[in-house]
Amino acid sequence: MKRVVITGAGTINALGQSVPETLEAMREGRCGIGPLEFRDVERLAIQIGGQVRGFETEGRFNRQQMTLYDRFTQFTLAAAEEAITQAGMEFHGDLSARAGVVLGTAGGGVSTWDDNYRSVYEDGKNRVHPFVVPKLMNNAAASHVSMKYNLKGPSFTVSTACASSNHAMSLAFQLVRSGAAPAMITGGSESMLCFGGVKAWEGLRVMSKDACRPFSANRNGMVQGEGAGVFVFEEYEHARKRGAEILCEVVGFAMTSDASDIVMPSKQGAARAMAGALADARISPDEVGYINAHGTGTLANDKTECAAVADVFGPHADDLMISSTKSMHGHLIGGTGAVELLACIMALRDGVIAPTIGYEEPDPECALDVVPNDAREARVEVALSNAFAFGGLNAVLALRRV
Amino acid sequence: MSIRDKVIAIIAEQAVLEPSDVTADSTLESLGIDSLGLVESIFAIEEEFDITIPFNANEPTQSDFDITNVGAIITGIEKLVAEKS
Repeated sequence: MKRVVITGAGTINALGQSVPETLEAMREGRCGIGPLEFRDVERLAIQIGGQVRGFETEGRFNRQQMTLYDRFTQFTLAAAEEAITQAGMEFHGDLSARAGVVLGTAGGGVSTWDDNYRSVYEDGKNRVHPFVVPKLMNNAAASHVSMKYNLKGPSFTVSTACASSNHAMSLAFQLVRSGAAPAMITGGSESMLCFGGVKAWEGLRVMSKDACRPFSANRNGMVQGEGAGVFVFEEYEHARKRGAEILCEVVGFAMTSDASDIVMPSKQGAARAMAGALADARISPDEVGYINAHGTGTLANDKTECAAVADVFGPHADDLMISSTKSMHGHLIGGTGAVELLACIMALRDGVIAPTIGYEEPDPECALDVVPNDAREARVEVALSNAFAFGGLNAVLALRRV
Repeated sequence: MSIRDKVIAIIAEQAVLEPSDVTADSTLESLGIDSLGLVESIFAIEEEFDITIPFNANEPTQSDFDITNVGAIITGIEKLVAEKS
């Protein structure tokens, strides 16, 4: 089995339009959640979100590209450019033939669906743009990345709601670890912050009207975000030979299914995924210093996740740090694991633990060190990144400092 | 049909019971309605009366809307319908 390292990272989200901007915001515990701005927002009960502001498409994409790029594809391409530039990779010959793209998204081109349904239903139009289908399809982003960077190996999109990115990165990890691909572009993106996208979530009555406060006793729900996170996963020797900067190593993963409820989380499913990732990485639980929590800020998730951590780690659960950066960038749904992986990289590479902001009241059911409100310096050898999706589908990645 | 009868009919349908099996002191739990069933019932009631019920599944006990039992729900709906008119 090959070793797998991360040699490039890129992002765009409510906290910043690059990795350095995002990590700076996480270090400062800045909140990217604010009033939503889009058509018909006044008809929503939920009017806050982690929206990407000031994203200029002018000069970045031409008119022809804009007819094909939904916002989730735009975010993906922006993040991919940052990641691949950092990795300093160009894809030719055998590398091009074997390297691919695996990305996660839950909704794909949600605003393209929204705009065109509005056009035919509300405005009564009988014709839509010829590229509606290639623009909205869930694999559009992965395909455009493959076209732009000449990636001709295994490429596809994974859609498992809130775990999409973690499932995608787990699969990319497997492809590199097994030797099937020398490098993979992976991560995920989401852009559901439009009238229909938020209206659908609002129906479930799990959204907060004021803030995302994970693990805090007065938490009252999740807040949606948008954006993308993209990484270059590369075989260790390949990276070393070309003198690439290594951000951290990916050492294990596990995926589990609760097989129980379509929305309620399960402690057993979450615990099996965390324990599975440790076993896959051959790591003992006490080596883990940081967990980037799924931490949605809902009543159900946070207490279930904390109970699962207690089960897996035993007494060591009280020694490790666990934080939810969703408090700052919101829940990016299918893109969330990718943006949250940045917090793991910051912990391992920079020794800085991103905080859980908005933390106001201890909850006895979430009695772990959730790094409340302020970032913390600490040396961390191993970090886990959790994602637990609606539908009971869980994926956990284990990463190690290099 | 009175507000009371309409609410009971909606809850009975959700619970797959006869309306006569649903009484004011029945709790949703005793009727076998889980959290998803509750959210669906609230949606159906909102649609029936064209009202908005202030209910957040994350803080059921802190919501302004009492769901202790069917009687409390009916009282809450009657108040919201009266406020609307």
